Amino acid sequence: MIEFSTWDILRNLIFAARWTVLLSLVSFAGGGVVGLMILFARISKSKALRRFAIGYIELFQGTPLLMQLFLAFFGLGLLGVDVPAWLAAGSALILWSAAFLAEIWRGCVEAVAKGQWEASASLGMGRLQQLRYVILPQALRVAVPPTVGFSVQVIKGTALTSIIGFTELSKAGTIVTNATFQPFTVYGLVALIYFALCWPLSRYAHSLERKLHVAHRGH
Amino acid sequence: MSLIAVTELKKRFGANEVLKGINLDIMPGEVIAIIGKSGSGKSTFLRCINGLETVDEGSILVAGAQLLPDEVHLKALRLKVGMIFQQFNLFPHLSAGRNVMLSQMVVKKTGKAQAEAMARRQLERVGLAHKFDAYPDELSGGQQQRVAIARALAMEPIALLCDEITSALDPELVAEVLAVVRELAAEGMTLMMVTHEMKFARDVCSRVVFMHEGRVHEVGPPEEVFSAPKTVELQRFLGHGHA
Repeated sequence: MIEFSTWDILRNLIFAARWTVLLSLVSFAGGGVVGLMILFARISKSKALRRFAIGYIELFQGTPLLMQLFLAFFGLGLLGVDVPAWLAAGSALILWSAAFLAEIWRGCVEAVAKGQWEASASLGMGRLQQLRYVILPQALRVAVPPTVGFSVQVIKGTALTSIIGFTELSKAGTIVTNATFQPFTVYGLVALIYFALCWPLSRYAHSLERKLHVAHRGH
Repeated sequence: MSLIAVTELKKRFGANEVLKGINLDIMPGEVIAIIGKSGSGKSTFLRCINGLETVDEGSILVAGAQLLPDEVHLKALRLKVGMIFQQFNLFPHLSAGRNVMLSQMVVKKTGKAQAEAMARRQLERVGLAHKFDAYPDELSGGQQQRVAIARALAMEPIALLCDEITSALDPELVAEVLAVVRELAAEGMTLMMVTHEMKFARDVCSRVVFMHEGRVHEVGPPEEVFSAPKTVELQRFLGHGHA
């Protein structure tokens, strides 16, 4: 029987971890873009758009990410569309992140004082101008810490994509375990790598939050 | 011809009728003080004129143009009528100068150099030329309110609405803001102000409007309204009668 050193295991896991990082980046960036659109719909003046956004957010927040991944992968497959695992994983995670980010950002927009809307309106600004020049710049500052914090959820969320066969860190862990029969060592290392990715981000989010509190009205 | 003409204006919040049919004509250059108890509808009335509240019935004409609740008409109206708020509402992420420049550039599409020149001129007018680069949180309440006035003036409105603009200020800061308003009045700016500063209203205003329970209850020149109030409600409000 072949002997695997811990280094062999770690090397393979780190190799697979780049897919976790890449998938996280794509999901976070894509989720940000879609989330911004959902946010605009959510705070729009049109009732239909608001309804749509609320429905979207409730749907994606109210169902497990795993089910969303299954539906994206197997559901579309049933319709005869052959979806590769990376595409199903990427799109499901983007749509899921978008729902959460839109909801986080909505709270930040609503945290901007009502007087800011009124003052900018009384100066003749249209709604988009108010958002762009007055509301969003103020909301953005509040939004950064919870947004960075949410990126941790995205990274951990990517672990679920292993179930539809996308070979990222968790899936690699399973594969390596099957070859080495050392589940404790392997999954221990997998967890450590996730931790190494997530921990700096949560610390960063915390420090941003603290900075924001201190320089609450800073520039 | 009147500059602002309000006819049978009614406004409801749910079942609560706040304005019960207001009629008021304001001539160019008039300085109007609106006084009354809290809840009498004075702020709501002012906010209706600037389209911050929708109108249920009646009409508001500003310089002959009807106030309609769509974005195009609202924008046209707001270019004519500026508003100053109790809470200043400066944009906290922008410097004083930028506060005054923003709407010129965004709404009127004025070039940056021109907008900046106008901002410096208006800040000068309210005595804050040296605070161009200061952020709102570096300014006192009175200074913030003066920047807010400069910001409204930079849009070159034909009338200014002031909604209790000194009520959020510490007593020692009230005078500097009122001095600016007094100067505007002397320059011939049309002003409508909801105020609790009775002495100021008496000194500066051409007419005083007393509102009571959603109606214009009494109106007249300040010497008449303050010295010889006709209605019991106004007498009580001014503390003449004893209820």
